[in-house]
Amino acid sequence: MAAKSRRLSLRERGLNFEMLMWLFTRLSALVMYGLILVAMVGAFLMGARTQMNMADVLRWGFLSIAGHIQNTNIPDLEPWATPFWRLTASAMLLVATAHGVHGLVVIADDYIVHPRGRRNVRALSIVFLLLMVVAGLYVVWTW
Amino acid sequence: MALKHNVSLATALRYKGRGPMWAFILHRLGGLGMAILLTVHILSTALGGPVGQFLNDLYMHWAFQIVVYFFVLFHAVNGLRITLLDLWPSLWVYGREALWIEWAVFLPIYGLAVYTILSTALGG
Repeated sequence: MAAKSRRLSLRERGLNFEMLMWLFTRLSALVMYGLILVAMVGAFLMGARTQMNMADVLRWGFLSIAGHIQNTNIPDLEPWATPFWRLTASAMLLVATAHGVHGLVVIADDYIVHPRGRRNVRALSIVFLLLMVVAGLYVVWTW
Repeated sequence: MALKHNVSLATALRYKGRGPMWAFILHRLGGLGMAILLTVHILSTALGGPVGQFLNDLYMHWAFQIVVYFFVLFHAVNGLRITLLDLWPSLWVYGREALWIEWAVFLPIYGLAVYTILSTALGG
């Protein structure tokens, strides 16, 4: 079976946008685990071990912005708001928003099967994606 | 294409997909919940004001956090199972075992999160 499929063109083997998004969903998950790990290790290096509890560290891991740790015992928020952490948070925001919005499209496809309906869902999802990215980047870089 | 789409609720509830079905339902519920929560959370934080402050205070409440941490951590652990098995498809033979490992990984992490959330909320 594998030998036969090699004679098919990439298109006939199913390499299209939906397949690439299927792959993106899985790879972006791996990227997000990596970003969470970086943020959590960074938190421990910056003193989280004695000044934050596990739920706080996880919250910082989900998005590394200083607003997420302002209610902890961290005395100085300055090292937590550097360009490095804002870039990490921006990367997380972009990857997570793309992952999530595509997930919503997948769920909608289970209930909306008409081609025109699916086109509308996709158009709406792009507007929604842009709105979330703009609002999220605003929070990450101005907080 | 004999897929039947107009399945009644009673028939749907009688479907016994067991472990994988529950993982699918929890994964989808968690994903949908996170999309709604993060949309409101990002917009309320960006707009600020009393309404935004009220919503963000609500998210900090321990009862809310216990629910959110369940769905977020389950989505993360279940997503790792799906990712690993999908990227190495020969492992799907051990799909049932992977589900048991998943719960064995999820429950201690979630238990620790609930313990810290509760001890922080009750201990001050």
